Amino acid sequence: MAGKIITITSGKGGVGKTTTTANLSMGLAILGARVICIDADIGLRNLDMMLGLENRIVYDLVNLIEGRCRFRQALIRDKRFPELHLMPAAQTRDKKDIREEDMERIARQAAEMADYVLIDSPAGIEHGFRYSTVAADQVLIVTNPEVTAVRDADRVIGLLEAEGHKNSKLIINRVKPELVRRNEMMDTSAIVDILAIDLIGIIPEDSDILFASNRGSPVVLDKNSAAGQAFREVTYRLQGQDVPFTPLKEPSLLKKLFGLR
Amino acid sequence: MRIADLFRRRSTPSGQDIAEQRLRLVLAHDRANISPGMLQILKDEIIAVISKHLDVDADKVEVNFAEDQHETRLMADIPLQSTRNRSKN
Repeated sequence: MAGKIITITSGKGGVGKTTTTANLSMGLAILGARVICIDADIGLRNLDMMLGLENRIVYDLVNLIEGRCRFRQALIRDKRFPELHLMPAAQTRDKKDIREEDMERIARQAAEMADYVLIDSPAGIEHGFRYSTVAADQVLIVTNPEVTAVRDADRVIGLLEAEGHKNSKLIINRVKPELVRRNEMMDTSAIVDILAIDLIGIIPEDSDILFASNRGSPVVLDKNSAAGQAFREVTYRLQGQDVPFTPLKEPSLLKKLFGLR
Repeated sequence: MRIADLFRRRSTPSGQDIAEQRLRLVLAHDRANISPGMLQILKDEIIAVISKHLDVDADKVEVNFAEDQHETRLMADIPLQSTRNRSKN
């Protein structure tokens, strides 16, 4: 049976699509799933660094589309989880080099070899967004508790519904519980109400995410990290488990001051 | 700072409330694909049409979107000049 194709998108840039893709890919691999993640952000390759695989790239997605390599050659195998593979984006090419039908064919081919295919979409709602979502069985929309990010998420949700995508889910990233408590940040329930879409993850703002990206070791591997725990919970939900949302705790004073635990 | 200012801060809406209100309003416009300026034009035209038949209190007319999870509706509140005023004319 073919695996499930999940696209991670957002509309607005910089809200955490690539971080989310890296963590969910690795999180599903931790659970024993065969995972292929595809970096569809042609020209702005980043998923490789998030996963710590940047030094091992030989071929990329555009090479594969142009027939310069075989499918397997465009995949980088993760050392920590041999069932996790990355298909990197081309760095020196253009999103115009990808046609929707190319992406659809490659995503479906990946789905024959994996339980989950995760596609990291470029920001925006143009061509890159369209080719990234064309083959998706499910779309995850990442947003932040900021008015601009939520507005763009609404636009993306509208476009996805018009394209016939069902069961899209929302991930709210960079939530700061202390700002919500002080009524300075929108509550996640207000965002869910406004966007009228199911929630699949609430990820707290966490300096561990920065530490993790510095090292190319996704925070989902960190058992003590609040963000890591939140990403792990999303992977359980993707596997169909009904996991209650853990109430976010405010970071300790030490962590606030020094980024320490 | 005056003592009244201490209390005023409490009564001003929170950042959270302002964000939510602004977002709901802008999304109503986005979803209906009509800019705030176009809505003003629409409002003026509604007043003009209704004024042909009724004595509208133009300054108090409100035309806004109302949102819930399922639909967006255009709400128009169009007060008329009081009949007492009209009988004078």
